[in-house]
Amino acid sequence: MKKIYPLILLVMLSLSSCAEDLDDNLKAAVTTQFNFTHNWNGLPVTAADFNTVKFANENSDSLSIERLRYVISDLTFTREHGEQLIIEGHHLIDVSEDIGLVYSPELEIPTGLYTNVSFTFGLNNEYNAQNHLDLNSVSFNVPEMLGGGYHYMQMDGKFIAASGEEVGYNYHSIRAVDNPGSNPTFPQDTFFTVDLGAINLENNATFEVKMDISEWYKNPNLWDLNELHTVLMPNSEAQILMRENGQSVFSLGTVTQ
Amino acid sequence: MKYWSVFVVFVMVLSSCSTDDSKGSVSYEAMPTPLPLNIPPVFQENVLGPIIPNNNPQTVEGVALGKKLFFDTILSGDETQSCATCHSPQHAFSDVTPTSAGIDGDFGTRNTMPLFNLAWNYGERFNWDGSDLSIERQAITPVENPIEMHSNWEGVIAKLKDHPEYPELFKKAFGELPISKTLTTKAIAQFERTLISGNSKFDNYLMGEVDLSPQEQNGLNVFMDEARGDCFHCHGSPSNPLWTDNMFHNNGLDAVFTDLGLGTVTGDPSDNGKFKSPSLRNLAYTAPYMHDGRFETLDEVINHYSEGLQNSSTIDPLMKKVSQGGVQLSAQDKADLKAFLLSLSDPSFINNPDFIN
Repeated sequence: MKKIYPLILLVMLSLSSCAEDLDDNLKAAVTTQFNFTHNWNGLPVTAADFNTVKFANENSDSLSIERLRYVISDLTFTREHGEQLIIEGHHLIDVSEDIGLVYSPELEIPTGLYTNVSFTFGLNNEYNAQNHLDLNSVSFNVPEMLGGGYHYMQMDGKFIAASGEEVGYNYHSIRAVDNPGSNPTFPQDTFFTVDLGAINLENNATFEVKMDISEWYKNPNLWDLNELHTVLMPNSEAQILMRENGQSVFSLGTVTQ
Repeated sequence: MKYWSVFVVFVMVLSSCSTDDSKGSVSYEAMPTPLPLNIPPVFQENVLGPIIPNNNPQTVEGVALGKKLFFDTILSGDETQSCATCHSPQHAFSDVTPTSAGIDGDFGTRNTMPLFNLAWNYGERFNWDGSDLSIERQAITPVENPIEMHSNWEGVIAKLKDHPEYPELFKKAFGELPISKTLTTKAIAQFERTLISGNSKFDNYLMGEVDLSPQEQNGLNVFMDEARGDCFHCHGSPSNPLWTDNMFHNNGLDAVFTDLGLGTVTGDPSDNGKFKSPSLRNLAYTAPYMHDGRFETLDEVINHYSEGLQNSSTIDPLMKKVSQGGVQLSAQDKADLKAFLLSLSDPSFINNPDFIN
């Protein structure tokens, strides 16, 4: 019997020790999933809505969408004192092909209060200059004469021009560039941060990230497709307008956990 | 006490050995030898790896069998045509006529697609209309198509089984599995995956081994310039040296469709008139061009994009200035673009002894 007492004591101490760790040092980590949904002024949009002239932008241009794909990067969870947990890398969303609409980062996130969840629309300049085999493989590149790197977004479709004819448009967002050629210059960054807001992460969480496509055409710059519908990649002014309009495109939808 | 544990483990190990031995004499069946694809450096550095199905790994024996089958007329009804009859090696495995004649002299409606870099077709939709979802499946159709080889698989398999060489070749490639349509097309697919082209002048330029001529350099600029050629959105770039996006587009060939292309396969009217973007490699050897072989020369192709576009409801929005017929390239830009495109041709591919019978 004397031998059993030390054993019981040891077990009690072990259990007590575990409890302290869980409370004070070890935070549980949870998985996150980001579901990208798309709408036009609140009406849901999927690939099934593509290829038909069924949308009207703020400038009253009737238009279709035939191709929509974009890249996001550096998903970031920010704590109260500015500490950031950054999931490095990028994720391509191709609405037209129903590819990448769900993004499930491998990295698990500690539970707790985060003052902001954010991501980069497009790629920051340093990352954009790197070689990304997956983006090369789907021809998402920007020509070297325009600085190289990758598209941030490729939205193609057709609109009814003022002449009444159906005309193709290519709303392609890239890093704004001037002086195309061997020594291009870059007037302003055009990737931007999308803030989704605060979250108290308690369990595995699913975030809905909503893109209101109509916002690309209206806020704050009223977009006239008759004026700006193609060859926008070498047009730095158009790229800066896209960046400005992009600020109100994304919002946080439902969060479940 | 601990010696007992060691003893028990020792006995278990011995017992395990004994169990194996009790099965009698072990037969050492020759296993096929793995044969990794010979991936060009420009691919390794720029694009994702090849697609090889788990149930059909590349092997020396499988590729050898596939090559023999590819060049063998035994697959056709009257034993006059092989795969290579239409997929001619010296033409980058394409045909010189707009469409190809089958064993009965009947012509199809589509141009024979060249065969190279097939393992980098990430979407795995093959044919001009994307109708076959793997190389293995693609290899099934021509054998039984009445306007192609006009045979039937049952008869082909019977002939292969009775052949003096094939049974042993199948055994080496696939073991004791009986000769079948599945194994036959697997072998052909293995051979076709080895048809890799990545040694053109432009590939060597990317590797820093040669320079482009001023004409080729300007042609590249036309290709990459959204305001001029704007070819890169569909046909790759120096960063995507496959020179195709592997996708389907209506490139403005017709105002009224006689061939619905992808639309026939999907049943979606918005896919009507869409065909696969072919790779621009080896254009020097693959005339005539387009899904129906309507253009005999590269000049005609360039003129089409410059002045010949036909509008239709499904024309790709990437086709510029459709109402004017196209991007209106200057004569100099056209000539330079052609020079650049020809720099993507790879003589070592069509002369590779591994690819010739």
